[in-house]
Amino acid sequence: MGKFRAGVAAAAVVLVAACGSDGTDTGADGKIEGKITVLTNRTDLVDTKFKEYAEQFKQLHPDVEVVFEGITDYDNEVKIRMSTDNYGDVLLIPNSITSLSDLPDYFEPLGSVSELGQKYRFVTEKAFEDKVYGLAVTGNAFGFAYNKKVWAAAGVDSPPTTPEDFLDALEAIKDKTDAVPLYTNYRNGWPLTQWQDARGSVSADPQVSNKMAADDSPWAEGKTQHTIDSLLFDVVANKLTEDDPLTTDWESSKSMIGTGQIATMMLGSWSITQLRAAAPNKDDIGYLPFPVQVDGKFHSAIAGDYKNGINIHSKNKDTARAWVDWFAEKSNFATAEGGISPLKDGPEPDTLADFAAAGVEYFEVDHAQDAVVTKIDDAAEIGLYEQTYRQGLVDAARGASGKSKQDVFDDLNTRWAEAKALVTK
Amino acid sequence: MTTRTAPAPTAPSRRSVPVRHRKRRAGALPWLFLALPLLLLAVFTYIPVISMAWYSTTSWNGVSKRMPFVGVENYVEIFTRPQLFEVFLVSLYYVVAAFLQLAVALYFATLLSFRVRFGNLFKGLLFFPYLINGVAIAFVFLYFFRPDGTLDSLLEFVGLSGHQWLGDPDTVNYSLAGVSVWRYTGLNFVLFLGAIQSIPSDLYEASDMDGATRWQQFRHIILPGIRPVVGLMSILALAGSLSVFEIPYIMTGGANGSRTFVIQTVDMAFRFDKVGLASAMAFVLLALVLLVTWVQRRLFPDDRSTTP
Repeated sequence: MGKFRAGVAAAAVVLVAACGSDGTDTGADGKIEGKITVLTNRTDLVDTKFKEYAEQFKQLHPDVEVVFEGITDYDNEVKIRMSTDNYGDVLLIPNSITSLSDLPDYFEPLGSVSELGQKYRFVTEKAFEDKVYGLAVTGNAFGFAYNKKVWAAAGVDSPPTTPEDFLDALEAIKDKTDAVPLYTNYRNGWPLTQWQDARGSVSADPQVSNKMAADDSPWAEGKTQHTIDSLLFDVVANKLTEDDPLTTDWESSKSMIGTGQIATMMLGSWSITQLRAAAPNKDDIGYLPFPVQVDGKFHSAIAGDYKNGINIHSKNKDTARAWVDWFAEKSNFATAEGGISPLKDGPEPDTLADFAAAGVEYFEVDHAQDAVVTKIDDAAEIGLYEQTYRQGLVDAARGASGKSKQDVFDDLNTRWAEAKALVTK
Repeated sequence: MTTRTAPAPTAPSRRSVPVRHRKRRAGALPWLFLALPLLLLAVFTYIPVISMAWYSTTSWNGVSKRMPFVGVENYVEIFTRPQLFEVFLVSLYYVVAAFLQLAVALYFATLLSFRVRFGNLFKGLLFFPYLINGVAIAFVFLYFFRPDGTLDSLLEFVGLSGHQWLGDPDTVNYSLAGVSVWRYTGLNFVLFLGAIQSIPSDLYEASDMDGATRWQQFRHIILPGIRPVVGLMSILALAGSLSVFEIPYIMTGGANGSRTFVIQTVDMAFRFDKVGLASAMAFVLLALVLLVTWVQRRLFPDDRSTTP
């Protein structure tokens, strides 16, 4: 196995050298022609918008045929397919690949971090040993989606700046309107994982992930995890969420926030386009920053969504590369989806007008120690980006597990510290 | 029992030549017929089990090309972490429910084995839930149990108040086990009914003439007659209760104290990237099911093993 890996790495180095630095149009010597298969999770766009993209790409490279394969259960299905050689030419790197050291075994390196980083955002998120393996299709900021009408009816006109203000605002919504002040989407689970992305807003520190890797008690009073999870706990404990979390439903929640039955949901900015599409009046959907200010300013981390990578077994890597570059640079997909452009000089999305008005500062989190964080997280079986841990928190908050807030945080700290000792020994 | 033994002793004396002929051809032909099922069995059962046995001795994360060998470490971890076994307490709800389900199925099978008006309609109604896809059932009951859902509306109609059937940690497992009963009663019912109908009807006629009541007929004719099926059903029920997955996984995802051993195994493999540990857990479950089956066969042997 070790030998195999060394071989792949060596081949990768040769390939990078051969591809040269700016392999946009012609690559080094490869011709842009033939058929490529592109895997995507956007089954809703595969026959509409993506067809148009393929047409546009074909105008540049007439000899190319782009075939799309829309996959519903994307992360799980592609993870399984990756044990074969047959997983398309271009694919979104599945989120189920959590260990970055596995990337070189499956994906073609696209260039070095410093070089691609001059042009693109989010290049460090799927990088290993200074090589980038995927370019983001779009990017997100993080905060709360909310119904402006409901919040205005409760008399809250400006974004709360502290967790206490936020709780007061939800309390006012509960008293003055019929809306559920904050909907957790507990049963679907994954919406609860969105809370983890608030770490940038709370810390306003690009080193937040690296610091966690070196921390023995991330849930101690005053620390980032504590602030995020305390807010969720307090919201639930004060009965400001739906009555029965076990029967929530994501699909109906999308229209319920538009019709004012739900006031607030914690979701990445990617959701705004979808929520607006489901709302009777799309201007009712707004976006609130996480209620913490550092030095008098709101902050939000920005992070890449899925990233296009190239199958290391692809027979048509030059064309695949051309597609990846074109998609990130020219397709305008990010803007059309209301996301942050993967290009550093890309346009500001109109979905984040509220953030601009509130003066939210964006920054990218440094991912140098992500591998360590993931290892500790897995060993501790906490799952920072898994639903079980925050479902447990919600259960404790609504008095269903008999644990107090301090119990939960003590337990998390103990498990984290033990796992950290195990992983970094 | 005697009806089941093959009339072997008489066969050779009757036709000796064709028998030899048959024997010679028997060498290849049965294997030809068996080839396809054996191939499918090997590809979809034994080879995966063997690779799982190998995974269970590694710390593989499910994706990596590297599978570090760790020996029995995963098994040691399972048996030194009591919290991994705590989830079996949840299985107790399903064990109790399973025996309730057997009782209900046996009751209806007995009733409907006699001439009953609309008998076939009732048979259909009882069996029909088993034909529905488990995912669909889970979604139907999600609406059934939600606040102001079907169940609450029914209760309010008769003057009772609603309840958070899934949200309340004290009732969530009863609710889920109830769905499981609703789903599987039909299968038990059909198997019981089939067994009961294979009992010769002259036994009932004779007992009728002797003035036996329905209960006596059930106790002394039906129950002994279907004993092997009852034994098999209870083994399946117990094994099924230890490995409950589908319904709680779809309805609650194991949240709110409804996590079963299989859900926990899936979480280990796919949420925490511990495929090695999860494979070992799957083997421990297999061993447990075999153990339970063995103990049960020991405690309640069926007729064939007691006669000699």
